[in-house]
Amino acid sequence: MSKQQSPSDQPCCQQQRRTFLARLSIGLSAVIGFVIALPGIGFVLAPVFKKPKQKWRTVGKLADFKVGGFVLVQYEDPSPVAWAGVTATAGAWIRRASEAEFIAFSINCRHLGCPVRWVEDPRLFMCPCHGGVYYEDGTVAAGPPPEPLERLNVRIREGLVEIETGPTPLTLTTLT
Amino acid sequence: MSNNSLIRIWNWIDNRIGFSDYIVPLMVHLVPDNARWWYIFGSATLCAFIVQVVTGVALAMSYVPGGEETYQSLQYITNTAPLGSIVRGMHYYGASAMVMLAVIHMVQVFMHATYKYPREMNWMSGVVLLFVVLGMAFTGQLLRWDANGVWSVTVAAEMAGRTPIVGPTLAHFILGGETVGGSTITRFFAMHVFIMPAMIFAGIGLHMLLIMRHGISEMPDVDQPVDPDTYKEAYEERIQKTGVPFWPVAMWRDMVFSTIIVGVILACAVFVGPPALDPPPNPSSINANPLPDWYFLWYFAVLSLLPPQLETWVILGVPVVGFVVLFFLPLLSNKGHRAPSKRPWAGGTVIFGSVAFIVLTIYGYKKPWSPDFGVKELPVSVVGTDHGPLAEGAKLMHIKGCLYCHDIGGYGGHRGPELTVIGKLLTRDDLIIRINNGGHNMPAFASSISDSELQLIVDFLLTRGVKQKPDDQKSATP
Repeated sequence: MSKQQSPSDQPCCQQQRRTFLARLSIGLSAVIGFVIALPGIGFVLAPVFKKPKQKWRTVGKLADFKVGGFVLVQYEDPSPVAWAGVTATAGAWIRRASEAEFIAFSINCRHLGCPVRWVEDPRLFMCPCHGGVYYEDGTVAAGPPPEPLERLNVRIREGLVEIETGPTPLTLTTLT
Repeated sequence: MSNNSLIRIWNWIDNRIGFSDYIVPLMVHLVPDNARWWYIFGSATLCAFIVQVVTGVALAMSYVPGGEETYQSLQYITNTAPLGSIVRGMHYYGASAMVMLAVIHMVQVFMHATYKYPREMNWMSGVVLLFVVLGMAFTGQLLRWDANGVWSVTVAAEMAGRTPIVGPTLAHFILGGETVGGSTITRFFAMHVFIMPAMIFAGIGLHMLLIMRHGISEMPDVDQPVDPDTYKEAYEERIQKTGVPFWPVAMWRDMVFSTIIVGVILACAVFVGPPALDPPPNPSSINANPLPDWYFLWYFAVLSLLPPQLETWVILGVPVVGFVVLFFLPLLSNKGHRAPSKRPWAGGTVIFGSVAFIVLTIYGYKKPWSPDFGVKELPVSVVGTDHGPLAEGAKLMHIKGCLYCHDIGGYGGHRGPELTVIGKLLTRDDLIIRINNGGHNMPAFASSISDSELQLIVDFLLTRGVKQKPDDQKSATP
């Protein structure tokens, strides 16, 4: 006596069942992949969207700056990670223009970000990478930079000169 | 243990793992007998990758991907660790070998039009692999986390920042924040050590799978243009008649060439050594001279030679267009002649590309567009005297930075025109106007130079290329 086939054992139902199981496996694979990847992607992308609060950093005593040419100052990033060491250092060119006025520029060339050097006698900033040149007011004198040097905020507090930290200046494009 | 015992043990293992069933047929698959030394570059690229994996794993045992300590660990590897200098050198020269061999392999495939039917995907997977290898080369340069590494990553972020709309996001992703810092090196380490090698392993796997599926192509024959309708049957027929087993009839050449490559890599590591480290990775240090490794010098030169209005298009367009053109090449032309003699444009493209690469690389190495900060004062042999107004004018040429950009008698930079015979070409008024007002990519000096200094410089310049009378020097006064 042959055993009667249940409806789910019928060929038509088997096909439906297999299709369902295939879709279930693919769907669960996607869920697993999503669950595994999402925290990692969020972790990697977090620094992109986290805007650190800029800080004022002391770069020297007021009395140490003589009126005249630019000097290079170093200060710490706004939010350095514990292991950063020297890589958390930022630099700026600062000039005491008068007794009460300071002018500071980021050291990054506005062409591709290389460090510009202040050359005292011709009173020019020069870039070693692609030959960008700037006047002492930061405007472009020659070469490929499309924009002037990035100006940084400076203030004097209790006899100390402070610079406001800032992101690496990016030269954005409008493709026009 | 007797031979019979060994054979029994091997047979047991073989029965379980299926070496004879699965691996041996792959090893002895038939390949064309006429390829000979032409087809050694792909396997040599794979061999260079193996060098990179082995030396890279060894380096990772001591390399510390974290801020300042990275530099210290590199110093330890290079100067203190036993064999550290050789391992780091092998990794460096292995990278150069891998880039070089991947490009040569691609050129050979392009010249023989092996990318045509049915091997389009072989080529496409190879193009992806080439770009990942270039990515490895670039990230590897950054992992040499010195001053050059810091500024190279800044340049990369600036380039990415030019992308419309998402530029800042890309730049901050590259930097790991808004500035170079401790988070920068760790993400490049992850890319260089985990992500990109995984892509290369996967790419090589696909590449090899496709090679086994479609077989090794024959040498191009002018009488056998590719016809997708008949190619597979004709190829199969020919290979069965004239093919030879890959192992060992063809493979010995791969092994000989790969041995030479590994020998050269080792010799370079031992006798030349790894590249010297620049100063520590201090983003506030301005005494850096950022320069890419040799494979990207051509691009560095291109960026310096472009008119500003084209620059952004080229920065963004060259990698994208280069990839798209190469990737889709087989879809544009997947049938017809393979022989180079029937495809002169292919030869022309390779010759043009090679010459452009060499010329731009030399240009990038010399970088005449950059001010020469290290230039010395003009010697007496060039000035003609060591005292008087002429000597003062010559000295001012150095002090005011004129020599950073202008060459006089073989001394000075090359950013601006050479001034060796400028006295014959320009008048006093011309010179005064040019120095004061600048122009033609020269800064205006009117605000940073006094009248007397200007006169001394102009007097000096007017003597360049002009035969001097003995009493000229005395009369040349401001």
